[in-house]
Amino acid sequence: MNNALPFKDLGEGRAYVAVTFAGQELRLPEGANLAAALLAAGVTTFRHTSASGAPRGPFCMMGACFDCLVEVDGISRQACMMEVSAGLILSMPQAGER
Amino acid sequence: MEADYTIIGGGVVGLSVAWGLLNKGRRVIVLDGDDGSFRASRGNFGLVWVQSKGMKQPRYASWSQTSAAAWRGFANHLADATGRDVGLEQNGGYDLHFSEESLAARVEEYEGLKAKLGGDYPYEVLGHNALRKEEPAIGPKVIGAILHHQDGHANPLRLLKALADDVRRLGGQVLTGKMVTDVTKNDGFTVTCADGTVVTSAKVILSAGLGAMALGPKLGFIAPIRAQRGQVLITEKLPKMINRPSLIARQVDEGGIQIGATNEEVGLDDRVTQPGLSGLAAKAIAAFPALARAQLVRSWGALRVLSPDGLPIYQQSETMPGAYLVTCHSGITLAAAHATILPEWLEGTDKAPDLEVFSEQRFAV
Repeated sequence: MNNALPFKDLGEGRAYVAVTFAGQELRLPEGANLAAALLAAGVTTFRHTSASGAPRGPFCMMGACFDCLVEVDGISRQACMMEVSAGLILSMPQAGER
Repeated sequence: MEADYTIIGGGVVGLSVAWGLLNKGRRVIVLDGDDGSFRASRGNFGLVWVQSKGMKQPRYASWSQTSAAAWRGFANHLADATGRDVGLEQNGGYDLHFSEESLAARVEEYEGLKAKLGGDYPYEVLGHNALRKEEPAIGPKVIGAILHHQDGHANPLRLLKALADDVRRLGGQVLTGKMVTDVTKNDGFTVTCADGTVVTSAKVILSAGLGAMALGPKLGFIAPIRAQRGQVLITEKLPKMINRPSLIARQVDEGGIQIGATNEEVGLDDRVTQPGLSGLAAKAIAAFPALARAQLVRSWGALRVLSPDGLPIYQQSETMPGAYLVTCHSGITLAAAHATILPEWLEGTDKAPDLEVFSEQRFAV
């Protein structure tokens, strides 16, 4: 856990499982909100915009703003609307296309 | 008298006219409705479009062409004044076809219109292969397209914002949350709002979109307009995959792909429906198969403002001279004409365009 971050890991006794984000292996609490767990693990840039390449991360945390997008199996998903599961492989949306 | 003009309606149509009058030195008050109003300026598709307009009335085609030609200067003027780029692109637009028959029929119509316009109707027909060179993401079901070089698109929300900013900067008063309840004429016009606001002016322009259905008759207009619903979708922001707009889909300047639009006669109901949205998505995927993997961010419905023949109405009231009805379906396309040319007609100058075919005379029985 990175104490310089304003985000606190609320593991709450959950089991930690391996998740890959942009090629990096992370240990995240299973069943936790994915966007929150990534933030607590020190990931602040979830993607870069397709229009300007500017960095983006979670903003609303309630499914409205579409800034926390990650890519799962080639499809962009809102991280704040997903839960952590073992073996999840995440990449930055359209990372290969820019 | 507080102003030369009171403009009822603060959408793109009303603000375009207000902007044009302010640039001519007139004093203007704009009365904008509230969040219960049907705001076409906030829900439209953003095309600056010429093709297919005025098939039965070449003057409407040429009026759209006049506006499209004035759009670049208008957009530059707004950008210089406000620092807001309204995202105008005028590199042409497509009418996409899924059958040879529909394409051939459309070309025949365009040839007829082109002759009536003295040959000024610059379009070309692209077969599938030629189209795919222009649009690599096009799907195999699209057999071809008409590429019309006078078509384009803009960012309608930034246009609305830029106009609202600049109307204020030019000294116009924009009053929001104003539902007009009554208009009377003695020396000048007195406009009364539901909240008790009263403004006075020498002239009044009714550009209230569907609000003119109720207000029009009070000012002596027939105002035979109706709502037609268009549902639209917008995807997540994607890397550039569509170069030119069409009625089926366009990639906006920010990356999202806007998919349109239904044409539904459902009265004042601006909701979305599952069959409506599914149909739009299926057609867009047929045109651009890669959209099947795109995530949708939002969908909404908005109401078109249509006259019986689909043409604009520009009419001075016969019973209340000095009151004008300005209403149209294509407020974005016509914004440049409304901002730069229509004020000449309102002011009755010798540069006034001939708008006779757009008068309410055509609805008289």
